[in-house]
Amino acid sequence: MTVKTAVTASLGNRRPPLLKIRPRVGVAAINIREVWQFRDLLISLAGRDVRLRYKQTMLGAAWVVLQPLLGAGIFAFVFGAVANLSAGNVPYFIFSYVGLLGWNVFNTTLSKSSVCLVGNSQLISKIYFPRLVLPLSTVPSALIDFAVAAAMLIILLPLYHLHPGIEILLMPVFLTLIVLLSIGIGLVTAALTVSYRDVQYILPVLTQFLLYASPVAYPVSRVPLRFQRIYFLNPLSGLFEAFRWSILGTDGGQMRLGATLYASAVCVIVFVFGVWAFKAMERRFADII
Amino acid sequence: MSEDIAISVRNAGKAYTLVHNQARHTTLAEAALERIRHPFRRQNKETFWALRDISFDIRQGDVVGIIGRNGAGKSTLLKVLSQITQPTTGEIDLWGRVGSLLEVGTGFHPELTGRENIYLNGHILGMRKKEIDRQFDAIVDFAGVEQFLDTPVKRFSSGMYVRLAFAVAAHLDSEILIVDEVLAVGDTDFQKKCLGKMKDVARSGRTVILVSHNMAAVGNLCNSALVIRNGQLMFQGDTNQAIAFYAQQNASIARTHRDPSEFRPKWARNLIRSATVRNAAGHEQGTFLMGSDIRIDMTFQEDAVGPLGAPVMGIVLNHSTMGIVGGVNTRMTAFEPQRGVYHNGTMSCTLKRPPFLPGTYSVDLWLGDGHADVDCLLGFVTFDLETADVYGTGRPPAQKLGVIFLDAEWNLDANPDEVSTRENAAVVATS
Repeated sequence: MTVKTAVTASLGNRRPPLLKIRPRVGVAAINIREVWQFRDLLISLAGRDVRLRYKQTMLGAAWVVLQPLLGAGIFAFVFGAVANLSAGNVPYFIFSYVGLLGWNVFNTTLSKSSVCLVGNSQLISKIYFPRLVLPLSTVPSALIDFAVAAAMLIILLPLYHLHPGIEILLMPVFLTLIVLLSIGIGLVTAALTVSYRDVQYILPVLTQFLLYASPVAYPVSRVPLRFQRIYFLNPLSGLFEAFRWSILGTDGGQMRLGATLYASAVCVIVFVFGVWAFKAMERRFADII
Repeated sequence: MSEDIAISVRNAGKAYTLVHNQARHTTLAEAALERIRHPFRRQNKETFWALRDISFDIRQGDVVGIIGRNGAGKSTLLKVLSQITQPTTGEIDLWGRVGSLLEVGTGFHPELTGRENIYLNGHILGMRKKEIDRQFDAIVDFAGVEQFLDTPVKRFSSGMYVRLAFAVAAHLDSEILIVDEVLAVGDTDFQKKCLGKMKDVARSGRTVILVSHNMAAVGNLCNSALVIRNGQLMFQGDTNQAIAFYAQQNASIARTHRDPSEFRPKWARNLIRSATVRNAAGHEQGTFLMGSDIRIDMTFQEDAVGPLGAPVMGIVLNHSTMGIVGGVNTRMTAFEPQRGVYHNGTMSCTLKRPPFLPGTYSVDLWLGDGHADVDCLLGFVTFDLETADVYGTGRPPAQKLGVIFLDAEWNLDANPDEVSTRENAAVVATS
């Protein structure tokens, strides 16, 4: 004990300090409890995003429903009608609708979390809260969009005489994996964007590439066999096929066990890496934002 | 007030790395390009210590002011204590939850309503939803925005905006409260409210750290103060002593050592050689607290024409924008040096409790030999006056009202009716 701490101790503080602030070397431990303590903030921020999106818009909440329909509609026109791409036994519109369902969760979460730090630079430089809360707060709004679009499916599927089988129970698993992957990448890009602002502009180019490199607009069965090995290196390939399989059955997607397990492992690894990388860069945020 | 410590800081330091000879790359493209062009060039880095080796203790229930010039490191210290930025060195221990108000209205979103923003801002500051529910009415009442709760905040007037922002933060229920220069928001009525609220907080036994340039508020609210300069702790102790220490520090020597010939009109002789402004203790000082004694020294020496008879000296004070504000000479005050032949000397004039408001002042110096003016330097020395708690009430005089503050005593000759208890409570609450 140094002289100084001895003096402090003798001044009558019987309890240990509530909080000790020390210069940190290396990566800070992930404090889950603290993130839990700030859950109200997480919900508030997510609520803010949702509310802001639909305030002062003409269509308001109707837009939440229209967006996925329009998206699938355009795909159906371009890929289905113009390019004459068939999705096998499933009507192309439904095929692309379900594909986009998964893709939108991935894309929205990734793009929103990438900019969440620089977009809230005021909060970061003036207020204390676990910074993880910010990227995590982008997930609820992506999930709400998903829920609304998925609810539409309840109306759409019977219209096409399709009924989901028992596999639908696995859908939440795949959804979780999609979220883990997008958050994992999002954490890294969010931290990088603080130092390098052009990451937020490079990202849409990369996601656009991913959109076409993943089985969203077309099934894996249409990919020539000689490319399929490389194709499945992309974790989204196995993941989206499995996701579509869980909703539409074998007509919707091939559930290849190997590819799916590989994709799941990648998702978890990327998520863990993302959290680690975020925590490693976290302590400099307030200084350089 | 207990002997228990609320905050203990030992050798805290914060360093920033400054990069020279090229701008810090803000895009990946730039960084990559630079690395390709100059693969081995190392960046010219310099370490800038915003805080250096700071140690102090704050006891539970203390209200501590932190004062210092802009750029001294006060806000950095608050950021370190609030865990917004990490210290580079040192150990900080906290006995209590910290609530920080470093900027008013952080997190407010213009598109959301008043109600939504109260919750959002409350959560951002660390309050739980239940806490905000409990304090909701008190917050709305303090800010006076009850009718506008469901209007988007972008429609608020700027006054309402800051009132609401401060109201949320003022109801933070943490053991330690850190406030950075936010008392300067709103109109005078609201500032009174803020000051009153801060007093309540102080009285409730919470530990408060307050950074402010308003010396009147600091003097009134705080029971001790820290003076920070260039990242180091220069003084810790009684508030009034700290304020005096701070004022004295701001001696700008350069101001008073100028070449007299530039200030001398054509007809004058070269007699006054130098002049300085000093405080009551005799130390050179450039910035004074209003109401404190100011001493002006003038040194004169005979010139080619010859020595002086008994010198008569005068000063004229000018405000930077309001013109002449006052003057005095040795004759008016019946100060008569003994007769003789003066080859050189130094005359000092001490202004006793000058009643001038804050601002920048310049001094004209006049020298006469008993018959006529012989030398004059116009605006040769300057000094600044800063706000101080001249009335001892925490409320400084209105700054835009003229050039002087008045010493007044009030008396009311009236017979008010008794007010009913409810109205009475309302009257008490707004004062």
